[in-house]
Amino acid sequence: MRKVSTAMAAALVSATMLTPATAQDGELTIGLKSEATSMDPQFHNLSTNTQVLQNVFQALVEQDATQSPMPQLAESWEAIDDTTWRFKLREGVTFHDGGAFTARDVIYSVCRIPMVENSPSSFSIYTQQISDMRAEDPHTLIIETDGANPLLPVESATWAILSAEAMGAEEELTYGPDGSCEGMGEVPQSGAFNDPAIAVGTGPYVLDSFTRGSEMVITRYADYWGDAPDWERVVMRPISSTGPRVAALLAGDVDMIEQPPIQDIPRIEEAGFKIVDSQSNRVIYLAMDQDGEAPGLGGTDGKNPLTDAKVRQAISLAINREAIVERIMGGYATPAAELLPPPMFGTSGRAVDPYDPERAKELLAEAGYPDGFQITLGTPNDRYVNDEQVAQAVAQMLARIGIQTTVDASTASQFFSRRNKQEFPIYMAGWGAASGEMSSPLKSLVATHNPDAGLGVTNAGRYSNEELDSLLGEAMKTIDDEKRSELLQKAEGVALDEWGILPLHYEQTVWALAPGLDYTPRVDQYTLAYAVTKADGEGDAE
Amino acid sequence: MIVYLMRRIGQSLVAIMVMATLVFLGVYAIGNPVDVLINPEATQSEIAATIARLGLDKPLWQQFLIFVKSALQGDLGNSFVYGRPAVDIILERFPATMELALVALTLSVVIGVPLGVYAGLKPESIGGRSVMAGSILGFSLPNFWQGMLLILIFAVLLGWLPAGGRGETVQVLGMRVSFLTWDGLQHLLLPALNLALFKMSLVIRLARANTREVVTQDYVKFARAKGLSTRRVVLVHVLKNIMIPVVTILGLELGSMVAFAIVTETVFAWPGMGKLLIDSIKLLDRPLIVAYLMLTVLIIVTINLVVDVLYSFLDPRIRLSEVKG
Amino acid sequence: MTGEILATGGESAAPLRRTKADSPLKRILAAFFEDRLAVIGLVVFVLIAAFAVIGPWIVPQNPYDLAQLDIMDGGLPPGETSFSTGGTYWLGTDEQGRDMLSAIAYGLRISLLVAFVSLGCAITIGVTLGVVASYFGGRIDSLIMRVVDLQLSFPAILIALILLALLGRGVDKVILALVIVQWAYYARTVRSSAIVETRKDYIDAARCLALSHRRIMFRHLLPNCVPPLIVVATVQIAQAISLEATLSFLGVGVPITEPSLGLLIANGYDYLLSGRYWVSIFPGIALVATIVAINLVGDRLRDVLNPRLQK
Repeated sequence: MRKVSTAMAAALVSATMLTPATAQDGELTIGLKSEATSMDPQFHNLSTNTQVLQNVFQALVEQDATQSPMPQLAESWEAIDDTTWRFKLREGVTFHDGGAFTARDVIYSVCRIPMVENSPSSFSIYTQQISDMRAEDPHTLIIETDGANPLLPVESATWAILSAEAMGAEEELTYGPDGSCEGMGEVPQSGAFNDPAIAVGTGPYVLDSFTRGSEMVITRYADYWGDAPDWERVVMRPISSTGPRVAALLAGDVDMIEQPPIQDIPRIEEAGFKIVDSQSNRVIYLAMDQDGEAPGLGGTDGKNPLTDAKVRQAISLAINREAIVERIMGGYATPAAELLPPPMFGTSGRAVDPYDPERAKELLAEAGYPDGFQITLGTPNDRYVNDEQVAQAVAQMLARIGIQTTVDASTASQFFSRRNKQEFPIYMAGWGAASGEMSSPLKSLVATHNPDAGLGVTNAGRYSNEELDSLLGEAMKTIDDEKRSELLQKAEGVALDEWGILPLHYEQTVWALAPGLDYTPRVDQYTLAYAVTKADGEGDAE
Repeated sequence: MIVYLMRRIGQSLVAIMVMATLVFLGVYAIGNPVDVLINPEATQSEIAATIARLGLDKPLWQQFLIFVKSALQGDLGNSFVYGRPAVDIILERFPATMELALVALTLSVVIGVPLGVYAGLKPESIGGRSVMAGSILGFSLPNFWQGMLLILIFAVLLGWLPAGGRGETVQVLGMRVSFLTWDGLQHLLLPALNLALFKMSLVIRLARANTREVVTQDYVKFARAKGLSTRRVVLVHVLKNIMIPVVTILGLELGSMVAFAIVTETVFAWPGMGKLLIDSIKLLDRPLIVAYLMLTVLIIVTINLVVDVLYSFLDPRIRLSEVKG
Repeated sequence: MTGEILATGGESAAPLRRTKADSPLKRILAAFFEDRLAVIGLVVFVLIAAFAVIGPWIVPQNPYDLAQLDIMDGGLPPGETSFSTGGTYWLGTDEQGRDMLSAIAYGLRISLLVAFVSLGCAITIGVTLGVVASYFGGRIDSLIMRVVDLQLSFPAILIALILLALLGRGVDKVILALVIVQWAYYARTVRSSAIVETRKDYIDAARCLALSHRRIMFRHLLPNCVPPLIVVATVQIAQAISLEATLSFLGVGVPITEPSLGLLIANGYDYLLSGRYWVSIFPGIALVATIVAINLVGDRLRDVLNPRLQK
């Protein structure tokens, strides 16, 4: 047996000695985890689409690697009052067909968002508050909102700007909320975007071709307003299985891959490739049913122990977050204490709950469960990094303090449906803050469930605290950043102080690249082709 | 004959409809696709709007009637995920799967028949026995496990062939094929071999059994007695006789190849329709799942029918009858 | 179709001649044991089955009891010692600290359980329908056989995959799916042998004696169908094990907390390329050994029970 294993290991090591290929001159090939569902940037609010289409289409504001809002097609913006914003647009920007970029294009683009047919997840959640848009002059735009919305500039990063001209808008274009704009002409639908004459943006790359299941090719736009990207041509290939994705990198088929499996990272590094990683904005957490009676519990005489803060604290103390990060996540994660990794906007930097199974057992006994109870832990098995394994490890640790845990793992589609129907007394899930600030997880995960107001939409544990709700409500109306941050920190503290939700860890996002390349890792997990650069002193790496 | 054909077609249509209905209702019961598709930050009104956009707000029977009505006009609905006609999306992937299945089929014949004939001619020799033992191994190794081993050996350990993907393609008659480029051929080899191994074992057994039957026939003995070389006898007589059953069986197996491609495509990240099915099941993209099934069933039914008819022409002794005994 | 070729070795399906099939058990056994490979297959299978049955009492860990796993023991190569209990992991551990030897023992149980229970149910349903079809003939026959034809023209994996996608994961659901895709093979096998018998005089005689339908069908017709049934059953059981593993690999089979061999292999797949080969390779070897052993036995049984091949 020993002999076999040594031979095997030796063979594996020799396989890693393949010389890594450097990117061909001017051409970059990227292996992505999944493929865009459409070439229409306004079709599907999905990071897979956004990250590839940002090469072609831009927005007024962009989020930098740490998700701070930065000027893109807007040079600056200001709040005139609580509900009115003025954006100064960049001059001298042209679309890929040569047309000039003006405020009219912005109005057209925002107008089209609610008019996209068959959208599985519309971007209109970021436009529905806009009550009016008008151009003061071709490069000054006024936006009015229903009620104060401090997040408007950040949300404007999701409006992909299309060319009103290329899309066939009429001369007179006036804004109306919820798809009631006038002068839109015949609005081209998503299928039309495979035609390069329609898929016209202002980005550094022009869409060349898109073959579903195989590849998407983009080429450099010569008259791009900003710094020219390093690559003449970029090919993006979807390779969804992790093994083949790594193999494609090692074999030199692609120059860069996103999210290599954690267990393969040592091997990729040994083979001379470069690993870059950064903390992501995504927290993995446990949510517990605090809504009276919960299903999937046993040994509790029909009571729901999770309504008792002591039990929730016991669960938190029973979990060895360090061990999960070390063993299951291979070190590519950070134990979490908050709903967003510090120092992002609205975090307080509080300490992680310690691992203390003895204290956890005491707390259980104090709460009246000296022998523990039985519980079912729900988890998706194809959504987060090693999700199923993490859930199994959590179950293992809970079993140690007497809470016998059954893991109920299902594919993401079934998991989310069941989760929303409150089928799990305790479940593991993740949250990535699209806006990059604390209001996002608070609104969705711990605000009192009120879907009509867009609050607590994913709060399937039904945690509820009035103090938190009012602090959050105030924050959402506060345009001043410093005050808002303070309110958000307080609101988060309310939920965490009574273990209303248990953060486990922040995922780390990893990219693997050929030695001649460089990429600034991003918290939003996006793989942006135009941001991949040739490393300084290329060639020395070999 | 005509009556027989009409009945067969009628039966097949019923089968397709029953299958489509069951799957349509079944997928509805699993979960709500909107839970997966929509951005989690969406408000209730936005979720409701999306549900309405996808036509999921209507009662089930109404959704079903709409489906039936448009299906009768050849429209199987828009994919929830891609927002485009489900049939178009599947047809985009169809060539990749067909190419894989056909190459695998060819491989299994080209390698399987000679081995089988050899084993049939020399059943007691070491070679003949090894071929038979090998064929047992061939259909004992589960498809996915074989695929993993192929990747481990040829892609990871030896580094000779790529581990997955389709490689470079060229356009032929409006379809993208990979077997015409060197890069594409390299990508094609492992998955095709993976898909072929099981059928190859079948072909070996089929060819061996038929060879053994044929060599005992009088005309073969006669040919030998006439002094024809064994090689010639085998080539002409035996091959001619066994090709009919082999081709028939393979025709029928093409359908199951398309189905088994689901596994191969998953292991090798081959961008065919089988992989699309797995992805669609995960995303509860009902129109795509239903359309995939209807299309696959249609392919299988058509192949079966064509093979049956051809068979009756090739071998007049066989009469088409209602129930195959 | 596939099953048919395997069961007949590619010979066109022909009814067994009664004279030969009636040969005493002894002769069949003697013929069976002549083939060394088949004997090896039988021995290996018996050993594997024995391991699956008594496994839980001899392996060091119950991998389904989470309290017995220790994540700190995760990912240990074969032969390493446990940090917590001091025991040795002869086949290594997976990332949860699951002892692979124990996991294989329990996984084998699940795999064999699924295969044999589904076999039992499918045989019962298939045989009943097959005998009924051949005995009554006419409309009943053509109705049943039309369903059988239809069912057999679709690949088993496709039907099972869709069924499980709709039903969800679970050992019971996998069994149900396997029964649904397998019963038709038995129905067809039984019918084709029984239909020859129904035309014989003694059945007519029995009918004249006004024996009950049930008695004629199951006392007189059925015994004649046993030899081909055995052959088909051995082939099908191997197929069932393989199919279950494939379904679990695709993520629609048994639940994660009760891993069968197929699921163990699938879990280990992610680690295969990174050098932790033992998580996937050992369950794979166990799976393949089981299937090959059954197929070797089945192959020989086919030769022994099929009179056409006897010289």
